[in-house]
Amino acid sequence: MALEPALTDLELLQSHPEVAALVAWNAAVVEGAKFDRNELSIYVERTALRGACAALKDDRQVQYDSLSDLTCVDWTPSEPRFEVIYHLFSTVSKKRVRLKVRLSEADPAVDSLTPIWPGANFFEREVFDLFGVRFNEHPNLIRILMPDNWDGHPLRKDYPVEGYR
Amino acid sequence: MDAATDQTITINMGPQHPSTHGVLHLLLEIDGETIVRIMPDIGYLHTGIEKTCEAKFYQQVVPLTDRIDYLCPMTNNLTYCLAVEKLLGLEIPPRGQWLRVMLNELTRINSHLVWLGTHALDIGAMTVFLYCFRERENVLRLFEAVSGQRMMTSYFRIGGVALEPPLDFFDRVKKFNDAFPEHIDEYEGLLTENPIFVNRLKGVATLTREDAIALCATGPTMRASGVDVDLRRDAPYTGYENFKFNVPVSDAGDVYARYLVRVAELRESQKIVKQALEGMPEGPVKADAPKVVLPDREKMKTEMEALIYHFKIVTEGFTVPAGEVYQAVESPRGEMGYYVVSDGTAKPYRVHMRSPSFANLQTLRKMCEGRLIADVVAAIGSIDIVLGDCDR
Repeated sequence: MALEPALTDLELLQSHPEVAALVAWNAAVVEGAKFDRNELSIYVERTALRGACAALKDDRQVQYDSLSDLTCVDWTPSEPRFEVIYHLFSTVSKKRVRLKVRLSEADPAVDSLTPIWPGANFFEREVFDLFGVRFNEHPNLIRILMPDNWDGHPLRKDYPVEGYR
Repeated sequence: MDAATDQTITINMGPQHPSTHGVLHLLLEIDGETIVRIMPDIGYLHTGIEKTCEAKFYQQVVPLTDRIDYLCPMTNNLTYCLAVEKLLGLEIPPRGQWLRVMLNELTRINSHLVWLGTHALDIGAMTVFLYCFRERENVLRLFEAVSGQRMMTSYFRIGGVALEPPLDFFDRVKKFNDAFPEHIDEYEGLLTENPIFVNRLKGVATLTREDAIALCATGPTMRASGVDVDLRRDAPYTGYENFKFNVPVSDAGDVYARYLVRVAELRESQKIVKQALEGMPEGPVKADAPKVVLPDREKMKTEMEALIYHFKIVTEGFTVPAGEVYQAVESPRGEMGYYVVSDGTAKPYRVHMRSPSFANLQTLRKMCEGRLIADVVAAIGSIDIVLGDCDR
């Protein structure tokens, strides 16, 4: 099983119904796509994230009705620094797709997905707690794993593994 | 939490409470015996494993994955190994895959036995607990035989499994597995039609199909609400496509349905172990990838290359091509997912663990609000959380 090079051509990737559905919904918000190791990632403009998720959820053909995972990666020192990653799963077709949103260091904030999937609540609190990314309109955006009075966000790359001493 | 009206009071359940199976703190706002609001407070067992992973070589992360969930170490090993193998583009020989399937199902039996025993104990049936732990002890002995450890096995490695199992291992598994259906009958005889047990669980803590999907529930919690998803069947990994089994689903969505689904899963796991034993292929248990997989001990004593590769892997690790993968497997609790990002070095850039307990815990609110305090105990037991898995 040799590795195939990743596909990043948006035109070619429109053969995937997920990409086609998003482009049909609003082509301006799709920043790019990647098909690598049998997994599809789509970069979405950050203000359109909630709309894009709703579009994928309501699309008759793809029906991504559940949120499987939500996390974040810190790419410091490059900018935009944060990438928030959403893994959607369809309980109908059993397929997966990955949505990505790039956030700058100065304003790491994105719309919360809790209006669509209430289950995003804990995941977003975790990302807020460990990365310091804010989620607009989250019903209860407080720390979840670390103590309430903790300084800093431990999963950021500039936070030392042993903690500040 | 602010009290909603002056008639309600707020009480703490946990962090030290016998029915929470770990360190779960629940804030309950109650009006008499009825729950108005329930707020889980977690993080007591947070150890920062995801951060630690970023400072280790790829192969050094395997023992860490054992430690997030003490009831299904093999499943966590498997998920992480599959994710890194996907990043590397590595193929595992059939015998390695079948061993993984067999041990993974034994792990499910182990986990479900602990769940059944403690859940029944919470409800008040003490005998079942003792029976379940009797069988679980046998499963742990099998793990010890194969890996040298009862709980923190670290038996699956990137590229296969650590060692060929000992000579009499398959006979011992067969002996356990052949006797197991009778034991399940024994538990079911004590519980399934026991009027006290049934009255205590039927119609309690119901979760609808829509809520289960919206709240990101997975695994038996979701299947008991009528959502027919099992990743072993729907997105087969490590050779599950070669096995025949049913996926138990129930539409009732209450605690009793979750009990029935998990007990049915015990029977299915037993069938999968049986098929794995009967069809176990011959051949190597590790992939032929000298730069990734540690060489056999014997080879190191006779071949210079093997010794060099061993030294290189242990001291410098192995590099993984840049990229990202999300690998999900069906753990006893639900969807266990690893999101691994590589930047082309010998250490993972990011390892994220999507743990089933963390997501499933969110269903507690829907299950319990408007119901009695006593039902909270049944509800926590029925979603089968492990707090180490939840907090990581």
